[in-house]
Parts: sequence; C-alpha cells; structure tokens
Amino acid sequence: MLTFTCPNCGEAKDETELSAGGEAHLTRFGPGSSDAEFEAYLFERKNPKGVHFERWRCASGCGKWFHAARCTTTNEVFGTYPAQTTEPPKDIIDHIVTRRPGWAFSDWTGEGA
Amino acid sequence: MSTRLATGGRLIDRGTQAEFTFNGKRFKGHGGDTLASAMLANDQMLMGRSFKYHRPRGVVTADGSEPNALMNLGEEGKFEPNARATQTELFDGLKAASQNHFPSLEFDVGAVNAKLSRFLPAGFYYKMFIHPRPFWAHIYEPFIRQSAGLGKAPKARDADRYEHFYAYVDVLIAGGGIAGLQAALTAGASGLDVLVVEQTAHWGGRAVVDGGEIDGKDAEVWVTDTLAALEAMPNVTLRNRCQASGVYDHGYITCYERLRDHTPQEPGPRHRLWRVRARQTVAATGAIERPISFAGNDIPGVMLASAVRDYVVNWAVSPGDRTVVVTNNDDAYRTAIALKGAGLEVPVILDARAGGGGALAEEAKALGIRVETGRGISTVKGGKRVTGVEICAQAGEGSVLETIPCDVVAMSGGWSPVVHLWSHCGGKLIWDDAQAMFKPNPETAPIGADGQGFVVTAGSASGPMGLGEVLVDAHDATVAALGRIGAKSKAQAAQAATPAEAAMEAVWMMPQGAGHKLRSKAWLDFQNDVKVSDVQLAAQEGFESVEHAKRYTTLGMATDQGKLSNINGLAVLAKELGTDIPNVGTTTFRPPYTPISMGSIAGEARGELFQPVRKTPMHDWHDANGAHWEPVGQWRRPYTFLRGDETVEEAVTREVKNTRQALGLLDASTLGKIIVKGPDAGKFLDMMYTNMMSNLKVGRCRYGLMCSENGFLSDDGVVARIDEDTWLCHTTSGGADHVHAHMEEWLQTEWWDWKVYTANVTEQYAQVAVVGPNARRVLEKLGGMDVSAEALSFMGWADGEIGGFKVRAYRISFSGELSYEIAVPAHQGRAFWDTLLDAGEEFGVMPYGTEALHIMRAEKGFIMIGDETDGTVIPQDLGLNWAISKKKDDFIGKRAQERTHMTDPKRWKLVGLETVDGSVIPDGAYAISEGTNANGQKNVQGRVTSTYHSPTLERGIAMGLVLNGPDRMGEVITFPKVGGGSVDAKIVDPVFYDPEGEKQNV
Repeated sequence: MLTFTCPNCGEAKDETELSAGGEAHLTRFGPGSSDAEFEAYLFERKNPKGVHFERWRCASGCGKWFHAARCTTTNEVFGTYPAQTTEPPKDIIDHIVTRRPGWAFSDWTGEGA
Repeated sequence: MSTRLATGGRLIDRGTQAEFTFNGKRFKGHGGDTLASAMLANDQMLMGRSFKYHRPRGVVTADGSEPNALMNLGEEGKFEPNARATQTELFDGLKAASQNHFPSLEFDVGAVNAKLSRFLPAGFYYKMFIHPRPFWAHIYEPFIRQSAGLGKAPKARDADRYEHFYAYVDVLIAGGGIAGLQAALTAGASGLDVLVVEQTAHWGGRAVVDGGEIDGKDAEVWVTDTLAALEAMPNVTLRNRCQASGVYDHGYITCYERLRDHTPQEPGPRHRLWRVRARQTVAATGAIERPISFAGNDIPGVMLASAVRDYVVNWAVSPGDRTVVVTNNDDAYRTAIALKGAGLEVPVILDARAGGGGALAEEAKALGIRVETGRGISTVKGGKRVTGVEICAQAGEGSVLETIPCDVVAMSGGWSPVVHLWSHCGGKLIWDDAQAMFKPNPETAPIGADGQGFVVTAGSASGPMGLGEVLVDAHDATVAALGRIGAKSKAQAAQAATPAEAAMEAVWMMPQGAGHKLRSKAWLDFQNDVKVSDVQLAAQEGFESVEHAKRYTTLGMATDQGKLSNINGLAVLAKELGTDIPNVGTTTFRPPYTPISMGSIAGEARGELFQPVRKTPMHDWHDANGAHWEPVGQWRRPYTFLRGDETVEEAVTREVKNTRQALGLLDASTLGKIIVKGPDAGKFLDMMYTNMMSNLKVGRCRYGLMCSENGFLSDDGVVARIDEDTWLCHTTSGGADHVHAHMEEWLQTEWWDWKVYTANVTEQYAQVAVVGPNARRVLEKLGGMDVSAEALSFMGWADGEIGGFKVRAYRISFSGELSYEIAVPAHQGRAFWDTLLDAGEEFGVMPYGTEALHIMRAEKGFIMIGDETDGTVIPQDLGLNWAISKKKDDFIGKRAQERTHMTDPKRWKLVGLETVDGSVIPDGAYAISEGTNANGQKNVQGRVTSTYHSPTLERGIAMGLVLNGPDRMGEVITFPKVGGGSVDAKIVDPVFYDPEGEKQNV
C-alpha cells in the first residue's frame, strides 16, 4: 500500500486515505476543439514504465488535490507538489534527474527534447 | 507405533493434562503440546486423506509448512476448517475432526480414485470435462463442486471477535529464532523503535532443538538471556503467536496475532491483525526442509527429518520405534543422533551422496548407527502406516538391494530459505548451486517510497545454515537495514562456531533413474496430490512456463502454497525441459505466508460497525412510527410508514392519495446542500450546470442538471441564489459528497485562480417538504412569515419564521402539488417535525416515504437520477433540452455532447408508457422489435426506466427510453416478461398528472 505526503497538510497518508485521480497535467479541451483533441483529452492516457506524474486527493485528510511523481516500476516517490500548476516544479524535476540520470520531462510529455 | 517418551520434552508440561477429541475419540495430551504432537503421542499417525486420491496421510512437518494434517476445529460459531494441527496449540476441550473422507477416515470410498490414478493425470479436469458442452452446467459442474475443496465451509456466524491494530515502527523483525533475536539486539541497540514478531508460542527457532553454543552458553540459555535483555529495552516490543504474514508496498506489513486460539475460554478478541508501517523490515524467517521424491513418500510415517527430531526434543514424542533416515546432506544425521539419544532405533541412514557425510556422519557411526552411502529408497512399504523401506542404489533405476522394516522414514532433501517476505513486494532471488536453493539477491531488494530497499533477510532466510554464520548474517543484515535509515548500532554479533559439514548434493529424484512406475508413486505436492509423473506429463504437453505448469498440475496451489513442493517440482520441470533450475524460475510468492482468518481481515468491520448509518434528526420518530426502512447511500430513509396491518403497497397508496388530497410531510433532510460562494461563484456554477446559474435572481430557485466531462447526466437538483455571491446547490440524497468532490476537483485542479469557496452543509439543516392542497393552510396556522402566492411565489425562497422556528422556505415541488420545502437548523429538526404534525392534524397530515415520493414524481414525469440515468444517458435523451443553455460557450459535458454518438438521432429518448391493460410493466423490461440479433436474441427498441402502479390514475404507468419515442406518440410497443407473457404499453407524454402545472403553482 503506497504512501504519499500531502503537500498541503503535510501528513504522510496511506493509499486508502487518498483517492487516485489518474494522470496529472492534462490540458482541458472544451467546445471548439477537434474530435481528435477532445478524445485525446478525455480518453488517452500515458502508461509509462518508470517516471510518472499522477493526481491524488487527500480524501480522508485535508481534502486537497495534489500531484505526485512516482516510478511505476519501483514505486519510488520522487516528490509531491500542489495541484495548482501546469507542470512539475523544478526541484521535483531536478530530484528525478538525480535519481534517474538522463531522464527529461520531455520523455514523459512525449514532446521531443 | 508413535508414543510419548518417558522423559524429556522442552515444551510440554507433564503436570497439566489436556483432554481433546479427534473424530469423536477421546485423547489426552499435555499443556505445551500441539494438536499434532498430542495425536502422535496417542499413536494417531493417520490424520487426513489427500485431496484427489483420498490417500491416507499423516503429519509430515512440525510447523507452518504442513500439507497433510489439516483439521476441522471446533463447532458452530467456533468452527474453523483447514487448521494445521502442527500450528494448533492444544487446550483442554479441543475438538478436532479430519477432512476429505467418506464415510470415515479409516475407510474411505473415495480412495478408489487412487486405483484409478492413471486415469486421473495432470490436467484431468481440463481434458475430461470439456465435451460435450451441454454437460457443463448440469453434470460436470455439480460433480466438480462435490469434489472441490478440503474442509467444510462454516455454517454458523462466527462467534468470535477480531480487531485491527495499527503500529508505526522503525524496524520490524519477522521471526524469533536466533537470527531474529540477534537482529533485535542489533536494532535495539540503535535506540530506534523495534517490533519483533514470532509466529509460534516459543522463541529460539531451530537452534534450541539442534543445540550448539552461543557466546559460550548453551543455545537455549542464550535465547533466554537474550529475551530478558530485549524485554529490558524500552524501545523493543516482543510479540509471539504473531506472524508477519504479508509485505506490501512502501513498508506496509500485516502481522497476524493469534490471541485466543490456545485459550478460547478467555475473553478478548481471537485474532488481531497488525497493520504495521515499518521503515525497515528484517525477515529472519529461517528455512524449510525439503522432502525427497521417492515412491511411497506420502505414506503416513514418512516425515521431514527435522520434524522427527522436533517431536522428540520439543514434545518427547517418538513418531515410531524404528526410523530410517534418508538424506542428501549432513543435517539429517542430527535426527538419527537425537533418536538414538532418546533410546530409539535407527536401523540405517541412507545417504544418497556417494561420498557420504562429514563430522556428523562420524558421530552417528560412533553411536553404532549403520550408514549406507550412495543409497536411497526405491519404495516405501505400507498403507496407512509405513512398514518398511526397500533400499536401492541412488545411481540406479531402483532394483531392490534390501528390505528394512521400520515405521518411520525421516527424509531430508536439503533446505530452502523462507524468502516469502522478501519476495512479496518484488525482492528477486538467485540460485545457489552449492546448496541447491533459491536465496535472496541482496542487490534487488523491494523498493520503498524513498527509492531504497526496505527489506533485508537475516540468518537462514539469506542462505547460511550454520549457527555462527547465521548470527553474523543476522547482525550484518540488520546493520545494513539501519544504515538505510541513517542509524547505527553498537551491538556485536554473538559468537558461535559453524560446524563443518560435508556439502549437500541435490537429489531431485530417488533413485535418479526411477522408471515411470516409481515416478507415478513419488509425490511432490502432498496436499494436491501432484506426483513427479504429473509434472513431467505437463512439460511433455507443452506447459513449459512454471506458472502454466503450476496451474495445469495444481502443484503448489493448495493451502500450503507449495512450501514443501515447489522447489522439487520446478527441479523436475527443469530436468524434463532440459534446462537449468534458474531458467525455469519460481512461481510468484503472494501474501499471506500461511492462510489467515477472514475474521482478522474484517476486524471490527462487521454488523453495525461495517458501515456507519447516517440518521436524520427525525430518524427516531420514523423508527417509532412504522418506518419501513430503505438504504439510500449511507442514509436510512423511510420507504413508507406502515399503519396497523396494512401492506407496504397499501401504505404507499394511502400516502400518495393523502398527499394529493390533503397534506403530506416528507423528511427531505438527506437532500444534499452545498454552499458555493465568492466573486466567481456564478461563473463557476455556469460551468458546473448545463443551465445558466449566474443570471438567477436573489430569492429565486432554478432546477439544474450536472454532467460529467464526458457528457453524461450525473446529478440534478434545485439551486437557490442566496445573495449576490452565494448560491445553495441541492443535490440528490446519495450525491452530496460526490458532487462536492466534483466541484472541488475542478476548482482545485483547473480553475484554481477563480475566487470560489464551497462547503457541504448537508447535515447542518433538517428539511421538511410540506406538500398538498393544505400545505399553505398549516403554515399559516403556525404563523410567522408570509407564505402567500404573492409573497412567496413558485420557485422562490425566503428566510423567515414559522411557528417560532427560524426557517428558510423554498417554494419547490417534486410532487406536482403545492409544496414548501422548509429548512431549519438540524438540532431543531425533530421539534419542527413534531410541530407540523400537531398543527397539521386538522388538515389530515400524514408523513410519506420515498416510494410515495417516487410515484408522485413519476406521475409528473420528473426524472430521477439513477432511474432514468445510468451513466450512459445525456440530458438530451431525457427531453431536458430546455435545461441546457444555448447561450453559454462552455460547461462541463458540453463538448462531449457534441460528439457524433451523442447527437445520433437513433439514441433512445424518454417517453411515458401507459399499459393497455392497466397492469405494471416489470422493472428493467425491454421493448422488443422485429427480428433477432447475431446471438439469436430478439432485437430491442427501448427499455423501462421507472415503472409504478399509480394510485392517482389507478393504472400502471412507466417512463422509458424508446427509439424515436417522442415521434411515436400513441404507438403500442411490447415488453416481454421474465418467465413468459408480455405487457403492451402505449407511448404517451411522460407527464401523466396535471400537465399544465396548475396544482403546484397556486
């Protein structure tokens, strides 16, 4: 059972005290977007082997959403940070790079470095 | 025969007697006995029947790896199946019964399966029960169900209590043998919080049986002294009868503590499940001895060599007078020496190694024990008990050289580290060729949240088997674990010599050239009756993956999870596939280590504590006045209020008619209430609802629809604008928490710069719907605020006072009648309810329940979330286009509702359905159309979403989603019933009652 520390209340929470919200840093597509854009936003999710960014909610705690950077193969948690951002903060990225040399955020977004 | 020895027995208290029964027969044992040791002391070697062939089986081990000695224990609410006799501590009054036999353990008709064993090969069920297909349901399934399973399922409700216990420690040490105790000394000296758990009642593990000196003391004295030292450390907690049973992500460990199994008459919970978070876990879980595969190795009396000496040393039980020892290593000589020391006969030690053993072999020879090297067992003789062995050359094909009478065979095929806790969460193994074992690869530990390993193995669990090396490994492993969390220990490893032993030699088959006849009598998995020949057949039939071979043969799939059988089985598989054992690999180790009780998993979460019940302030009144309860989410709501002898249907009809004709009261407190406030609240609600909420005027209400981002209708309710920047959103009864979470998700993760605050105030208010033609009269009688049509018009709300209560009154109606929903602070809910009942008496007041509510809303054609919607329905399907704003650029679900499938004119649409004969369409019925689909089923053109008998119209009415429904008014469609027959219904407008809305708007 995973543990994450909520960046809002500072509590280390068990997975059962949290609710999972899937992939982080999605860009919302609304009216005016193409079918392809909207479908990608609604349904297409990354399934990386390795570094991943996820949304979690401190459901049985302070109620706030936060983001976690986690390795999907080892379950190492590189860090958690508030959800009010469109991309991971630099200290999180830096820490991931020290733990996974050669990794870059563009590896995750799929956009060329 | 097996019997109690006159002297000795470290663990038994000869001063206490414990009487117990086995299959109704009365036996006596001592305090400190296990059920297995006490049965052996009473010459009860036959303890069960095997699963498939119903072969007679005796105890093989003295610990948790036992495959055979499984018992039904206790009776009624204390009944438990599949209990291992080896792990069941004896108490006075224990009742045990053997399993899997008919009519009796001694004579079992199912044993005929053994005679047919060549017709029951690996994969028998897959091969036999496939053709012909029509036999599946009525012939094969009952047959398989009859023969499936070992123990009986309990019938009575569990009479015991169970609990969970949460613990947070720095270091968890699993195992209380000398490795675990050394690890505890090392970890304890660091000053960190340490929890040490031992699954048995006793500390010291094997060392206290096998002897040796630690720090210049006898091993048993060292164990006693060490325990005393640990008990004196305030940071160390010791728990026996507590098994670390599972290791999960991020250092979550479950420990299974058996508190009352040995003293069931004492008060308190029976089992306790520890839910531990440990920064580091030290698995000092020891090793398990392996059987050897020779013909007849399952006959009662064939036991593990270590178990034989456990019974002699720990419980003063002689498993038999004459024990033949068969081994491929030096350790089993200890058994021969222990038996000789107890005055028992060891006619021969058969050492499969051509070169024989080391110092222990010399010691055995010096005691006058005959030792034969390069020899093995061709066949064990006997039926319900070993009567002798036929000796052969290990290198040959099994020609019998000599027959030796004996009543016990003590076998040892070497040792396998208990790597389960290491492996549960992903720790990898490496093959140690010298010791023929899989052991943990310290390079690939399970990884914790910090990216470091969080498990180490200590002692034999790591691979070393000698006394001194075990202690050194335990100390070093613990120091490594401490290092990961930045701690140090001043403790030193205890000093002990590691006796020199000759190398073991792997023996996967005895003799090595055994023909098919011997192989088909050589058992690998005793509990599931898997033989060497079965695994070979599986390999020949192409089941090359160890996971496939396991499932095809059922090797290792019994309650013992292959603790004895897996390594031998995969060695046979590897040989048959012509590859090495490491290439075959192991199957997956899954928690728990041994089965744990379902009760311990549930803990306190049973009965009333399973889920808390939410009660409205009026709950007790309802309960005292005939409420027929219905669960709605975690709430309980009255379905109807029963009076006298009336039926539920009669009560509902009465309530509907009375509300339509006089005055009804509904406890609407469960309705969700969410305050949305802030400068951007209007903009936010325009995104949350399909309709416009920002232009709602203060003092007014509007019915709103809420969709998910993929367009489907998820909730509805009336929204009231309280002031310039405050709205109050009503949600469905079950939906408040979900809707609140939905709002917060968007606010926090998408529009976090919008200035909006939400609060779920559902339980702050009691709410009563005052409904019916007399609604206004009763409120006016109570006096206070002006509730006239002019002052408080339909879809308006106002704050004020009624009958002395501070209230907020909403002119909204879910019934089609004149209706006020009146909110008061929760603590005044009951008083307000009582006041309304008193004042309403002259107006014919009656409370009504949820079913009357449902019927009245259906008569009005109002949709109900969960009836008309099921997660695939969009508002447009329900004819609710009027509630979808055309002016707004965006709302949650808008883009999705533009997708091609959502705009497909062939989507089924909401209509009313009026049965031609006045009967009621069954719930969930489908309307059929012409032709059949690819599966030969009738095509469908619609389905019922709500269906009731309408007391008002005195006929069956329904709502349903029908293909092109709104364009087919007046058409009659057919709904078949389950079990035959059908109902014809006319497509009509969904508003059956007062379509002009004259009654509610007065």
